[in-house]
Amino acid sequence: MTEPGRLTRDDVAHVASLARLHLSDEELDLFTGQLAEVLDHASDVASLDLAGVAPTAHAMAVVNVLRPDEVRPGMDREEVLAQAPSVEDHRFRVPRILGEAP
Amino acid sequence: MKPGWEMVVGLEVHCELKTDTKLFCGCPNMFGDEPNTNVCPVCLGLPGSLPVLNQKAVEMAMAIGTALNCEIRPSTFHRKNYFYPDQAKDYQISQYDEPINANGHLDLPDGSRVGIERAHMEEDTGKTTHAGTSGRIHGADYSLVDYNRSGVPLVEIVSAPDMRSSAQARAYATELRAVLVASGASDGKMEEGSMRVDANVSVRRSAGDPFGTRCEIKNLNSVRSLGRSIDYEADRQIALLESGEAVVQQTRHWDEDAGRTVALRSKEEAYDYRYFLEPDLVPLVPDAEWVEAVAATLGMMPATRRARLIDLLIDGGGASEAQVDQVATVVDLGLDDLVVAAVAAGVGSGLALARTANEAATDADAARRLDSGSYVALLTMEGAGTLTATQAKALLVDLLADGGGDPVAMAKARGFEAMSEDSLASTVAEVVVTHPDEWERYCEGGEKGDKLAGFFTGLVMKATRGRANGKAVAVELERLRGS
Repeated sequence: MTEPGRLTRDDVAHVASLARLHLSDEELDLFTGQLAEVLDHASDVASLDLAGVAPTAHAMAVVNVLRPDEVRPGMDREEVLAQAPSVEDHRFRVPRILGEAP
Repeated sequence: MKPGWEMVVGLEVHCELKTDTKLFCGCPNMFGDEPNTNVCPVCLGLPGSLPVLNQKAVEMAMAIGTALNCEIRPSTFHRKNYFYPDQAKDYQISQYDEPINANGHLDLPDGSRVGIERAHMEEDTGKTTHAGTSGRIHGADYSLVDYNRSGVPLVEIVSAPDMRSSAQARAYATELRAVLVASGASDGKMEEGSMRVDANVSVRRSAGDPFGTRCEIKNLNSVRSLGRSIDYEADRQIALLESGEAVVQQTRHWDEDAGRTVALRSKEEAYDYRYFLEPDLVPLVPDAEWVEAVAATLGMMPATRRARLIDLLIDGGGASEAQVDQVATVVDLGLDDLVVAAVAAGVGSGLALARTANEAATDADAARRLDSGSYVALLTMEGAGTLTATQAKALLVDLLADGGGDPVAMAKARGFEAMSEDSLASTVAEVVVTHPDEWERYCEGGEKGDKLAGFFTGLVMKATRGRANGKAVAVELERLRGS
């Protein structure tokens, strides 16, 4: 886990804190290993010689999927708010988030 | 700005597009509706929902890019991940390394050019209201979220760090707003948040130095706040540096009442957003034909429209400084077609510009709806001396209220019939005879004597209850004095 470029436990802890995930030490070890394997696969692909191959943004060779600018009925407000654990003044009530950094 | 320092300013402007629907779903794009009434599974981020791109929003983004002299490019969408409830998905769909518009510029009225690095598409966030600190609900510690605005199409226009004063930044914001409105993509209402400006400010000792550490200022609700906050922030940074401290890169909030910026949070590094390609959207690749079709729908830009009015004033010896301001007002309010129509019909350009900038502008909404034929007819009557300035202004108020009308009939109904030359001459002769002392002094001329022209004009106006043409009276007085 110390080889250069490989995902570290600190990387996982950082990403978890950005997503407000609280991981135990055991979970950090577990996910560091699992995520590293996923990324190892990506490095395998990255190691291929792709000179002359155009970058691919999407698995489907399709561009310009568009819809006309026409209003379509959305959802009834009562139905929407019934899904929320907490509601006040017809708004979603959520825990206060101070700033964006943990 | 303190001598020995230079400020460096770049602006990021978020512009809401005036489409009928949101960027990725068919919910109405409407300001001010009841909370959470314009929402659906897509803009609420419900599992299994899929975004589909709004064609009109793309075309408005291309129109903005064209108006800002950008290259319009193949582009992709990314997810910008962050933890905040203003997006129910926990990410915002935005354009990252491949924006639709890049490498443009905007020329300002003072002749300077500001680079446009990019103008990319993204979705707006919902609106969060914090309970507890506002005093509305004491002791509460939570936020309320309305997702009506979530998913509304935005174009974010990022300037190069090319501005060197708050005045230049104000001019850029003003001109950009005019361009956005003229492109048909935005209503440019800063007070409703449909145009939002953030300023990046840094300072340095001289133009050759590398850029200093910058701070980003948010919460700027007017062009005036923009200017004030930039000046404050530059002074704050200079004071720090002169006392040997460092500027910390951070986002700062402009407090309009206190007239200062306060630290909001340390700027997160870009990689913390963990951008990755949005797998649910395919690339956008406009071909030349589409780009040209959008460009063909663009109306004249404000700079061209101002130049068109300035050209009309050349016959009158060129635009004075006051007239340059009048031209700016008229174009900003979208009333320039009235001036052009009047001049084309033979009305003097100075008169057409002045009436439009001074009188029609007082009710610009009505003036934009006004039937230009009746406006031209009114100015023609004033220009020919059939109506005095006072009478023309009074009739214009009625025309604006009614959306048009026949100025000839309206003048008649009000008794605004012009006096015949004979009748005017006899009235002038009468006041001259009844005030022999003043007349003698007037005839002596000189600075004091000439001032009495106003005295006699006043008497004539009184005798005719304002129906006389001031210029005609002056001509008649001069004629009598010389005879």
